[in-house]
Amino acid sequence: LSHGAGGRAMAQLISGLFHEAFGNGWLARGNDQSAFDVAAGRMVMTTDGYVVSPLFFPGGDIGSLAVHGTVNDIAMAGARPLYLSASFIIEEGFRFADLKRIADSMGEAARAAGVPIITGDTKVVERGKADGVFISTAGVGVLPDGLDLSADKARPGDRVLLSGSLGDHGVAIMSKRQNLTFDTEIVSDSASLHGLVADMVAAGGHGLRLMRDPTRGGLAATMNEIAQQSNLGFRLQEDAIPVKPAVAAACELLGLDPLNVANEGKLIAVVSPDVAGAVLAAMKAHPLGRDAADIGEAVADDHRFVQMATSFGGGRIVDWLSGEQLPRIC
Amino acid sequence: MSAPGQTLAAKHTRLRLRVRGAVQGVGFRPYVHGLATRYRLGGFVANDADGVVIEVEGEEVAEFVEALPQQTPPLARIDDIAVEPMVADSCTGFRIAESVGGRVTTRIVPDAATCAACLAELFDPTSRFHLYPFVNCTHCGPRFTIAERLPYDRATTAMKRFPMCEACRADYEDPSGRRFHAEAISCARCGPRLSHGVDEVAAALAEGKIVAIKGLGGYQLLCDCSRDDVVQRLRARKQRDGKPFAVMLASADAAADLAEIDAPARALLEQVARPIVLLRSRHHVAPSVAPGLAKIGVMLPVAPLHHLIFHALAARGGAAGERGWALVCTSANPSGEPLLTDNDEALAALADIADLIVTHDRDIVIRADDSVVAMVAGGPRFIRRARGYVPEPIRLARSMPPILAVGAHLKATVTVTRGDEAFVSQHIGDLDTAQAVRFFEETIRHLTSILDVEPVAIAHDMHPDMASTRFAQGRGLPMVPVQHHHAHAASVIAEHGVAGPALGLVLDGYGYGSDGGAWGGELLLCDGAGFRRLGHLAPLKMPGGDRAAREPWRMAAALLHDIGRGGDIASCFAGQPQARHLPMLLDRADTPVTTSAGRLFDAVAGLLGVSMVQSYEGEAAMKLEALVREPAVLARGWTVIEGVLSLRPLLAHLAARDLDAVEAAGLFHGTLAAACVDWVADASRATGIGTVVLSGGCFLNAHLAEQIVRGCRAAGLDALLPRQLPVNDGGLSLGQAWVAGLQITQQGLTSGGFV
Ligand SMILES: [Fe+3]
Ligand SMILES: [Mg+2]
Ligand SMILES: [Zn+2]
Ligand SMILES: [Zn+2]
Repeated sequence: LSHGAGGRAMAQLISGLFHEAFGNGWLARGNDQSAFDVAAGRMVMTTDGYVVSPLFFPGGDIGSLAVHGTVNDIAMAGARPLYLSASFIIEEGFRFADLKRIADSMGEAARAAGVPIITGDTKVVERGKADGVFISTAGVGVLPDGLDLSADKARPGDRVLLSGSLGDHGVAIMSKRQNLTFDTEIVSDSASLHGLVADMVAAGGHGLRLMRDPTRGGLAATMNEIAQQSNLGFRLQEDAIPVKPAVAAACELLGLDPLNVANEGKLIAVVSPDVAGAVLAAMKAHPLGRDAADIGEAVADDHRFVQMATSFGGGRIVDWLSGEQLPRIC
Repeated sequence: MSAPGQTLAAKHTRLRLRVRGAVQGVGFRPYVHGLATRYRLGGFVANDADGVVIEVEGEEVAEFVEALPQQTPPLARIDDIAVEPMVADSCTGFRIAESVGGRVTTRIVPDAATCAACLAELFDPTSRFHLYPFVNCTHCGPRFTIAERLPYDRATTAMKRFPMCEACRADYEDPSGRRFHAEAISCARCGPRLSHGVDEVAAALAEGKIVAIKGLGGYQLLCDCSRDDVVQRLRARKQRDGKPFAVMLASADAAADLAEIDAPARALLEQVARPIVLLRSRHHVAPSVAPGLAKIGVMLPVAPLHHLIFHALAARGGAAGERGWALVCTSANPSGEPLLTDNDEALAALADIADLIVTHDRDIVIRADDSVVAMVAGGPRFIRRARGYVPEPIRLARSMPPILAVGAHLKATVTVTRGDEAFVSQHIGDLDTAQAVRFFEETIRHLTSILDVEPVAIAHDMHPDMASTRFAQGRGLPMVPVQHHHAHAASVIAEHGVAGPALGLVLDGYGYGSDGGAWGGELLLCDGAGFRRLGHLAPLKMPGGDRAAREPWRMAAALLHDIGRGGDIASCFAGQPQARHLPMLLDRADTPVTTSAGRLFDAVAGLLGVSMVQSYEGEAAMKLEALVREPAVLARGWTVIEGVLSLRPLLAHLAARDLDAVEAAGLFHGTLAAACVDWVADASRATGIGTVVLSGGCFLNAHLAEQIVRGCRAAGLDALLPRQLPVNDGGLSLGQAWVAGLQITQQGLTSGGFV
């Protein structure tokens, strides 16, 4: 792709590519905006930026990731996602074929989720001013009547449910980035979770306190964030947390704690103990929640510690790291 | 101190003396009373805000002043005595006056082992303290662990719940006795009670049971150390890997059967602090006590209860009785968590560990683990400093604003400064658990409260993700980050009062470098509040971060890779599931490196097959050290290029030959030491600095420490090891406080942080 001169032809080429990939009536109209009907009740809106290296990884790419991430941000409110927007910052010299691959994958992810991308924008910037492609997305959705998920609703005794195994996405990215090969290929878990969420809402109703997707910083960062916002501590059971053997082995090699590794298709739900069984059963019945597990509980704690009971009886603090995992053993 | 006093005394017949130090609650006033009476002096003695004030009048005041520091009570420490002349008052008689109020700047003394006089009463059927497990006096007993705050008074200790009976009250008020103002005084009539009879305890121990008792600083677990099945059961129940246990015996004579004890070791064992002393083992205990180690930790009874238990065991006789009983004595805590002190918590947490839990109703206000000391490089060195030594201050070369320094992450201690004194807390432990972090915060509260100090700044490690750093961030006080190895070196500088610049040789495990890197084998130039990194060990890859610290085979693989033998990794470490994949990581240019000395020990231990995966911190290095018979130097085994010390020739030599592990361990220790001496001597020539401070956990290694100290001294350098603090991270907080204090003194508080 080029920047500057010949920009008009290029812009047309690119918009054509996206129209084809995203294929819906809104984009076909060619307006700078799209109109849609609004439902009665409450809507949610979110926005997110995607910068990932490498752009293509086992189990996905930056395009599908952008759709899943935004859909999930809406879904974590318990809402049904309706529409997405997408904006692309493309580095001059980026291969057209790669852009097409990303656009196709994005369109495919949006169709699979049933959430069309109804408006968008592209900019090509000078070489060196971006790293291949950056994607910004926004999304809107609608909340079921009376549902209000929020961290301050959590109470001591609430259960913590996790929808599946940890670390798949982060380890897939890292292996690809560092050119590491393992006996079993590790595939990102990137997926849209709103279907799973709808089943959980149906099963748990007002017993659902809050949901989060443990993306960057992994379960550790997300649980600490929840602890801060809810003013509670959490006790997790290491044995109960699913980690795929291949992911565990890769983490062991790299010296990573799977709890600190990013996920893109998992959610954590804090639910009242009386609906925990029903919600967990609903999760297990959904294809994206087959490995769901009850991993711990909320406790009153003025320090808001997230603690992990380890398999051999000890307990440790699950830390909220400020960056990468640094050594500590002196 | 006494010289000006004598001159003054020659001209005046009435003098006022102000005595500073640990002089309250230790029987100092009765001592002064006795002395004044002996010299037929009039006047008085009183406690005041600074310590003790004495006025004496009479013909023999000079003799009094000279004698005063000579025969002080066992727990008293005199820092200084100021003498001023007074107008004679022609008073007669000497009295102990009421305390004078004011802001308290005196101090609480450490807990002390039962004194000989109390011990005699304990076993004297005619004494009212006969077999009383809480007998104590001003010369012994609990202090620090029962004190809530200053002033040290029964009402501010855990004894406030126990009103004195008439007999105790009489002793407490008798200025001629050992129990005059003994704040912890009590007897069977009025004091705390044990939950079980001592005979029951002895019977359980004799049957091979595991018994928890409430000791001075926290609960302890005891069991027969001669029976391997019993020790193994303790290990299994406590979830304790291979980490060695200490052993308690009734006397130094009894201990001589288990370990080699020379005169300095005996003196250490018998100190009132009663530390655990690491001694060369005769291997007369069950193998599970200290598996694979050449040394054993030995301690003597601390509290009356310990004496009573040994007494009851001896009375039972039997096989173990003939040789003298030896008991495993270890802190009672779930693995990785702090010592238990609370009765309810202990009953719950120890239910699955101990067969019998012996408790009592005197609270432990603040926990204190047993201290651990070893003889290294000709002197006693702390491995862990806690009960018996804390809160004795370290005298600084200058006064500074009150600083709180919070240490690092492992073996944490905190330091609070007050004027020219630095109070280093008891060993807190590793800040990995919620319980440890709570204890850490409790320690800070307790220490500032017993010192009556409000810190104006917090010094902390540069590592962004330590619980201590996070604590520092949440206080709303100015923060002073201090680089880990700078703090290591500064702690020795502060303790020894080194004036002017010094070289710092820090041989350590890991610390967050000023550049974010994994530092650990550092040669620093320390000057005032700043430092310069003159050099470091040649970097070695550290595949898998802390994993590499737990798995020495990984560092050994990094070593092989470094000397161009990466192809041998898979076959050399075939037993390790990750060995096939590790070369992939080592080949990568962005795999983190470390200049750590500790990891170098791990690498060699892994290479020699001494330890592949550690079950406790320091296991590999300790086992490698245990192999050394004669340290030897490999000629041209190292290079120093632009400050970087590389041991690659030595490591290649060790990896290439099929050396016997004993020979290899000797060669590694000897050559590393010689290389360090060469490195330091080079730096000394280049900088003109003749003092080198030695710090970092590797200096717990006696061979290494001794060789380096000897080598440095032979090269004309003044080589200093810490005497009053551990050389590992347990001493770090003092260095942080010292650096922060200097910085604030120089730059003021407004500058915020140090760049
Ligand atoms: Fe250190
Ligand atoms: Mg987002
Ligand atoms: Zn005594
Ligand atoms: Zn009494």
